[in-house]
Amino acid sequence: MRYLPLTDADRPEMLAKIGVKSIDELFRDVPPAARLPAKIAGLPDHQGELEIERAFQALAARNVSPSVAPFFIGAGAYRHHVPATVDYMIQRGEFLTSYTPYQPEITQGTLQYLFEFQTQVTLLTGMEVANASMYDGSTGTAEAVLMANRVTRRERALISGGLHPQYRSIIETTAKWEGFHAVVAQPDTHGLEDLIGSIDKETSCVVVQNPSFFGHVRDFSKLAEACHAAGALLIVVVTEVVSLGLIRPPGEMGADIVVCEGQSLGNGLGFGGPYVGLFATREKYMRQMPGRLCGETVDADGKRGFVLTLSTREQHIRREKATSNICTNAGLCALAFTVHLTLLGEAGFRRLAELNHAKALELADRVAALPGVKLLNDSFFNEFTVALPRPAAPVVEALAQKHILGGLPVSRLIPGDKSVENLLLLAATETATEAGMAPLVAALKEALQ
Amino acid sequence: MSTFTGNRALQIEEKLIFEMGQPGRTGVDLPEPPKVKDRLNGLRRTGEIGLPGLSEPQVVQHYTRLSQKNYAIDMGVYPLGSCTMKHNPRLNEKVARLPGIGDLHPLQPQSTVQGALELIDRLAHWLKTLTGMPAVAMSPAAGAHGEMCGMMTIAAAIDAKGERTQRKVVLAPESAHGTNPATAAALGFTVKPIPANHKGRVDLTALKAALGPDVAAIMLTNPNTCGLFESEIVEIAKAVHEAGAYFYCDGANFNAIVGRVRPGDLGVDCMHINLHKTFSTPHGGGGPGAGPVVLSAALAPYAPYPWIVKDGQGWRAAEEGSAVDGKPIGRLKAFHGQMGMFTRALSYIMSHGADGLRQVAEDAVLNANYVMTSLKDIMTPAFEGPCMHEALFDDSFLKDTGISTLDFAKAMIDEGYHPMTMYFPLVVHGALLIEPTESQAKEDLDQFIAALRALAERAKSGTAAEEFKAAPRCSPRRRLDETLAARKPVLRWRPSNNFKQAAE
Repeated sequence: MRYLPLTDADRPEMLAKIGVKSIDELFRDVPPAARLPAKIAGLPDHQGELEIERAFQALAARNVSPSVAPFFIGAGAYRHHVPATVDYMIQRGEFLTSYTPYQPEITQGTLQYLFEFQTQVTLLTGMEVANASMYDGSTGTAEAVLMANRVTRRERALISGGLHPQYRSIIETTAKWEGFHAVVAQPDTHGLEDLIGSIDKETSCVVVQNPSFFGHVRDFSKLAEACHAAGALLIVVVTEVVSLGLIRPPGEMGADIVVCEGQSLGNGLGFGGPYVGLFATREKYMRQMPGRLCGETVDADGKRGFVLTLSTREQHIRREKATSNICTNAGLCALAFTVHLTLLGEAGFRRLAELNHAKALELADRVAALPGVKLLNDSFFNEFTVALPRPAAPVVEALAQKHILGGLPVSRLIPGDKSVENLLLLAATETATEAGMAPLVAALKEALQ
Repeated sequence: MSTFTGNRALQIEEKLIFEMGQPGRTGVDLPEPPKVKDRLNGLRRTGEIGLPGLSEPQVVQHYTRLSQKNYAIDMGVYPLGSCTMKHNPRLNEKVARLPGIGDLHPLQPQSTVQGALELIDRLAHWLKTLTGMPAVAMSPAAGAHGEMCGMMTIAAAIDAKGERTQRKVVLAPESAHGTNPATAAALGFTVKPIPANHKGRVDLTALKAALGPDVAAIMLTNPNTCGLFESEIVEIAKAVHEAGAYFYCDGANFNAIVGRVRPGDLGVDCMHINLHKTFSTPHGGGGPGAGPVVLSAALAPYAPYPWIVKDGQGWRAAEEGSAVDGKPIGRLKAFHGQMGMFTRALSYIMSHGADGLRQVAEDAVLNANYVMTSLKDIMTPAFEGPCMHEALFDDSFLKDTGISTLDFAKAMIDEGYHPMTMYFPLVVHGALLIEPTESQAKEDLDQFIAALRALAERAKSGTAAEEFKAAPRCSPRRRLDETLAARKPVLRWRPSNNFKQAAE
């Protein structure tokens, strides 16, 4: 077996050194009834690279990849072009096969990019401090609510109907089993929701998304003021981080915690994961943050260096009193994010955002021009909602039969709600082309006839 | 020696990107955006973001130089106990990047992702078969997330019996990973420690005494964090179940028994599997991970969304609103879980096959015992008898030397090794936990052992304390001032000179 270096000569020699006759003796603490006498039956034996590649190619061939199909889906995962340098860098073994930097003397590479990553996150979000990443935006959002509950010592979170339905579902699950109240607003399809009147003295936080799940771009400054007046925190979620190149950042609107899904930069669609959560807050809440934090310091020679810090918040030190049970984060996806953003720089990042917005404007106008189709958004970044004259799910399925991946029927994520049955969520990034838009518009027109 | 640049040959001193950028530089060529009237609700971002501009060659050099300041599995022995730093095959990276797998949107119509859904189910089948468990929840993003998932299903099962208010205690050994008590506490349970016996296993008598109508579950790692198999585990499971409680097994150490023992045969109710440990998905500087949770028949009805089913139409993901059996606890993660990790883990599992996986466990255990035996006359094993996949030592061999476990570990860095896990588990004084994994060749282990022996001898010479305290000397940085970092946290670069501020 190519991954196992011990030879048939090594093993008996090592057993002899240990002073046992067989490997079975080393497993003697296993209760006899639970000892498997041989390999597990019904499973195949080892295979070479060629066989494995063929098996995966066969699975891959049964999927329709956006790389070969017109593609306009967003809803929390966005298809952007990732520069070749990004994938090369994250495949360097020194990054790929290193672990959490517990020994800072020999992990300055990881620590320095995490420090740079944290800084980039604060700049994008307009916040003061950021952590070294969360699993993804969805889990990070639930962690933000838990943090707000800790900070305010309250247990009632107000959830916008503009929040991604699966994010909402995670908060509700967390609320149910960890014991707090999540008050969830109705789906905010038109971007007109006003939550200010729902805030009271029990409210720990208000969770909104910008642009919202339905694509609307909102100013949350007034909401922030209302939160602060009531002693609550404003949590702003951003599922499309590229939007921060064009839209006023949550930090400037008065957000207290910002959570972003960072997948758009450096990380491919990957059928949903692994992604990378960005988590930023105000300096005064720093010690209530979940996750790893990287900080600057000096070494014994006085040279600048970086370490994981403020770990007295964390499970391996605080155990049952920790701010979160999180141990693993998304280090390598954070590297992909930071390398991509470093390549883009100020000019490139802003231009990328402009391109996305322009593509989406074009698509929105073309789709909205179809008979019976209505655009719900006055504002949007690279994603918007249209109302079709009939249920969206069968339309999307009809498009899929033609290998056109034409958006997300909102009913997939909000099932059983008649008011969203006809809604279609469409996204266009810089990767959208005329060669993709034209077939989409034509096929939509045909399907709606 | 000092150099003009501060560099030392291959070790290049590297600035932060924010100290290198120039306005107008970029590493990406994008077309000029068309001039259009925006629809941003008057919320166009004004003012500089503050991102530095670097060209592509500068970016490549920056991260390449940074990479050279990292130790990695690809470089040598990485014996970090409890973390299973095994070889990460590149084949797994290759198959994960096939466009038909890596370039798929999680919310594409399910008819267009039949191969992807089947891939998840294939991995699920392996995980269920290898553990002897009837169900698996695939979506948790990491081990701790899997713990949360598993403990929520236990809370749900207790809830269904109307005992949620009554069963508020979770038992966990003092040697448990910190994530165990953190998870239990987050779910509102009170954590009660269970003492270990002199053999490093759970004290069965003490456990039985602690069990009662107030106990919801036990959280137990097996093999445990001392690197030992819980020899009375069947009795433990029986006692736990008789008390009406559930058995959560922390599967961090599954590598030691994969293919030789099925946790389902031991009476486990649920167990997370760290795909980034046992099944070699890369640790990547701290993540991503993946933590699927296998569930017993009693807990399976509570598995969270989504899961993969096959019906007349083919494969589909059961999501919110799907007509399903059972009472899902809800959802823990957007989309389907860590698909990229599923692909890599399945590639690893299929490469090894049933025969190879059993060999993995045997070689991991053999290597750990070989290290333990080869060092036991000069270092001090914490417990008698053979270990499983990791060898645990205490610091009594360093007694009266003036050298601590930390000093010893830092000296290993100069010898070219990543240190073992230190000061964990907490039940052993000055613990040194060595997990060589199955990936090390005997000749490499022999050199590792010889290096540790030389260090232990020098430590015991009585004259080396200063030398150990000064270690490491050859690494990109020497010991870092962690107290300063925590006392005056500097968590980001700012245009004002960060460095001077920190050094004050």
